[in-house]
Amino acid sequence: MSYIKPKFAHPRLPKNEVGYTKKYYEGVISTLCAGCGHDSISAAIVEACFELNVEPHRVAKLSGIGCSSKTPAYYLSNSHGFNSVHGRMPSVATGANLANRSLIYLGVSGDGDTASIGMGQFVHAVRRNVNMTYIVMNNGCYGLTKGQDSATADYGSVSKSGHVNTYEGIDLCALAIQLGATYVAQSFSGDKQQLIPLIKGALSHSGFSLINVVSPCVTFNNNPGSTKSYDYVREHNEAVSKVDFVPVKEEITVSYDHSVVTPIEMHDGTQINFHKLSPVWDPENKISVLSALMFAKEKHEMLTGLLYFDKNSKELHELLHTTDTPLHQLSEKELIPGLEVLEKFNESMR
Amino acid sequence: MNPTNYHDPEYYHKVVDCQYACPAHTPVPQYIRLIAAGKYTEAYMINWESNVFPGVLGRTCDRPCEPACRRGRVEEEPVAICRLKRVAADFKGEISHLLPEIPEIKNGKKIALIGGGPASLTVARDLAPLGYEIHLYDNHNKGGGMMRSQIPAFRLPAEVLDQEVNTILDMGIHTHFNTYVTSLASVLDKGYDAVFIGTGAPRGKNLELPGRYDAAKNIHIGIEWLANVAFEHIHSIGKRVIVLGGGNTAMDCCRTSRRLGGEDVKVVVRSPFNEMKASPWEIEDAMHEDIPITDNHVPKSFVVENGQLKGMYFEKVKPEYVDGKRKLVSTGEPDVFFPADDVIIAIGQENKFEWIERSLGVEFDQWEMPVLQKDTFASTLPGVFFGGDAALGPKNVITAVAQGHQAAISIDLYCKGEDITKRPPADTKLFSTKMGIHEWSYDNDIANDHRFIVPQEAKELTLKDRKKEVELGFDLKTAFKEAQRCLNCDVQTVFTENKCIECDACMDICPTNCITFTTDEEEEDVLRMKLLVPAINKTQDILVSDVLKTGKVMVKDEDMCLHCGLCAERCPTAAWDMKQFLYNTAKAGHFCYV
Ligand SMILES: Cc1cc2nc3c(=O)[nH]c(=O)nc-3n(C[C@H](O)[C@H](O)[C@H](O)COP(=O)(O)OP(=O)(O)OC[C@H]3O[C@@H](n4cnc5c(N)ncnc54)[C@H](O)[C@@H]3O)c2cc1C
Ligand SMILES: Cc1ncc(C[n+]2csc(CCOP(=O)(O)OP(=O)(O)O)c2C)c(N)n1
Ligand code: SF4
Ligand code: SF4
Ligand code: SF4
Ligand SMILES: [Mg+2]
Repeated sequence: MSYIKPKFAHPRLPKNEVGYTKKYYEGVISTLCAGCGHDSISAAIVEACFELNVEPHRVAKLSGIGCSSKTPAYYLSNSHGFNSVHGRMPSVATGANLANRSLIYLGVSGDGDTASIGMGQFVHAVRRNVNMTYIVMNNGCYGLTKGQDSATADYGSVSKSGHVNTYEGIDLCALAIQLGATYVAQSFSGDKQQLIPLIKGALSHSGFSLINVVSPCVTFNNNPGSTKSYDYVREHNEAVSKVDFVPVKEEITVSYDHSVVTPIEMHDGTQINFHKLSPVWDPENKISVLSALMFAKEKHEMLTGLLYFDKNSKELHELLHTTDTPLHQLSEKELIPGLEVLEKFNESMR
Repeated sequence: MNPTNYHDPEYYHKVVDCQYACPAHTPVPQYIRLIAAGKYTEAYMINWESNVFPGVLGRTCDRPCEPACRRGRVEEEPVAICRLKRVAADFKGEISHLLPEIPEIKNGKKIALIGGGPASLTVARDLAPLGYEIHLYDNHNKGGGMMRSQIPAFRLPAEVLDQEVNTILDMGIHTHFNTYVTSLASVLDKGYDAVFIGTGAPRGKNLELPGRYDAAKNIHIGIEWLANVAFEHIHSIGKRVIVLGGGNTAMDCCRTSRRLGGEDVKVVVRSPFNEMKASPWEIEDAMHEDIPITDNHVPKSFVVENGQLKGMYFEKVKPEYVDGKRKLVSTGEPDVFFPADDVIIAIGQENKFEWIERSLGVEFDQWEMPVLQKDTFASTLPGVFFGGDAALGPKNVITAVAQGHQAAISIDLYCKGEDITKRPPADTKLFSTKMGIHEWSYDNDIANDHRFIVPQEAKELTLKDRKKEVELGFDLKTAFKEAQRCLNCDVQTVFTENKCIECDACMDICPTNCITFTTDEEEEDVLRMKLLVPAINKTQDILVSDVLKTGKVMVKDEDMCLHCGLCAERCPTAAWDMKQFLYNTAKAGHFCYV
């Protein structure tokens, strides 16, 4: 048997509003290890884009280096893509976004790619509130280079070789909230019901959206003692919110027990129905979110769901007052307006 | 829901759609793979064990397997299962050394088989290797029954039939040809230990209309006429021929007429075209030979002038449907006249059991059909069994074969003094196809091609010679490509609950979205609707696992599974495995030839 994906699809696959089946959003067959959490996240991206009726040619998928950064090959074969140098995806995304603001920017990265080599790049993309979705496929190790502890490995977590991590793990969500990210969520690759609406919300959000997804590395970090294994995450996962993504036309009125439903209006008119499952924290208040995260850490819990949301988000283009037109659509006439304009400008500088 | 009991072999048997639909349960995907591997003899023998006449059936089978074929659901057209069988027959090598040995010393039991068609021949094939002394009676001068007397030579060459019939007769069968049995009592008097009645449905239905007997020599009963052509008593027919009827017999009559001098041959049928009984491919072949089919015409009368047939009158009708039932009602238009030199009545067949004395204890029902025990085919007279068209009315060759196998089991048990209702189970095996990383012992690289068409000989040649075979059969290149269309439905997806870590990898990769992890439901119908793509085809089972660690269950809809193996390929813990499933229906004496 060769390693191939048959061309056939289920003949009764539904089509979305832009006329595509989910199959059209898929990529080539994954070469990641069987059971890798990253594959589930790829599947969630496919589902989210399908449900959002995104036209694949309007998406730019970007990544760095790592098993996680290989995944853009496994979804959205009909989209644009850029596979950057290790840790450099945020800068490439920032540049691409500034040049052509008409696309939907979807970056994926690993914990190594983001929290180690790419940390300097990551933090600046966050504080600039670049209009993009940034998904970290967080497995607590460098999967591609055979499982060394990464900077997000939790203190005390045991590696496959039995080594106990003696460093503090970086909390990417807390960091992003501090640095001004405007949509911050945390999830688990094994919980698509939670993950898919979070991705849909992020793709619809205007500004920097971070989704930190714990995504077990079955080969190097799924052992007993690891805090990023399937079993550990299932046991320590504490959902703090439930999210339904509501397209412009629809309205959802269901409400969950013990939860307060807060509808959040998105930039494009869509809405997120936010079910707060925990009574003691306010998703629009940074201090409240950060302390909830710290408390959870004390209790060895992982909070999942939409953690923080800033409805007054102003993305980089708004901050820079750039032109509404993507740069590649500007003609020579707009770019070189002539001597008269230049002189006027010089005059204003005197 | 209760988890699926996949330890019951019938669960996986049903997944192999083609094999399940085949009355003799031929292991289709297994022989198709052998054809792809160039092992034609082996492919032939697998067929021979199950269906006894692969060369005949590869040309003439009614192919109930094909409408069932999964490929027809996931793509458009089923795999050409039937014509691949012919490939195995056409390209096989020597088989004599693979045939069962016939014991020199017999077991002392004598069996009589009345009728020499596929049903009787199957019984002979199954019992001779067990040491039975077998006597076969038929009124024709050769064996084969309707395969010889009815199926025209341009569909089934005599050499192909002779070879497969002789393979059986050469097992030391005592043949009594040219012998029409006129009394069952006289057969029983000869001291047989058991008697099998495989006399078929040899009487053609007549049509009593005005003028029917005024030009009798030009008005024929279809199956009598075909037999007379086959046994070379009739060599010609008039230029203008009307064939009455819409079944396969009508198609054979009209096509044979075209070869015996009929130029203006037409089929006239009462029902609407799309409700004709004939197989679509037979209709297609007839139309290809310039035979028009006139539907919604009910025959009214024969027109005969001076003892000479002139033609027929028909009433024009249209179908009306009341509560799903069809009625043909007159359109009110004047009757239509079609001229004809000959008319062939091909409107059905009936059984003929006058030769069975009613006093013997063989009971018949209100339709004059023998009262039979289900599954064993035993009549109400111990030691007398039925099979084929004689048992349940006119069907086809493969059904006759399947019933022959069952009757043979009954006869064997009966002669041993055992309980004939205790049926031996099918011989089943389930074993992993995994050979290594990314390596499985079957080829999942299925072809995306559409079904290949079997080439035909030029019409100019075939219409001149009644014995010239129309279909040429696949060449080996095309056969390989067609074989690669098969989805290997016998390579089963086998799930082991306690190995699953619920990483969703299989659900994510499955190209046809067959697998869903979800919360369980009491009602199967509710669960079916919760799948990624709702499982609305209820003729196909869903595989439901036991409750998993997170409280969910794994549900797999068998409907659209491609058996591609990607679920097993992407499973980190081998909770999925691709296992080859072999299913061989039991034969008399639990005898396995291959
Ligand atoms: C025109 C036509 C075309 C057909 N084409 C196909 C086809 O393409 N594919 C297919 O699968 N099926 C076809 N069939 C049906 C198929 O031929 C029969 O279903 C099948 O042969 C039945 O097998 P059998 O063994 O029950 O009986 P038969 O084949 O009918 O054999 C019974 C034999 O017993 C003989 N016999 C009957 N009474 C006595 C007696 N008292 N003493 C001695 N001998 C007797 C008969 O003459 C006959 O030779 C066709 C049928 C017809 C009429
Ligand atoms: C500049 C550079 N430094 C180091 C490497 C080696 N390297 C490749 S992938 C990787 C870590 C990837 O870890 P992560 O981003 O967590 O991805 P994962 O494989 O775990 O999904 C490293 C260090 C490299 N490719 N390039
Ligand atoms: S090494 Fe780990 S992260 Fe990389 S593909 Fe394998 S399981 Fe996934
Ligand atoms: S695809 Fe192959 S195995 Fe499956 S039903 Fe068709 S012929 Fe049989
Ligand atoms: S074999 Fe597995 S992956 Fe392939 S179609 Fe069937 S269930 Fe899906
Ligand atoms: Mg990593």
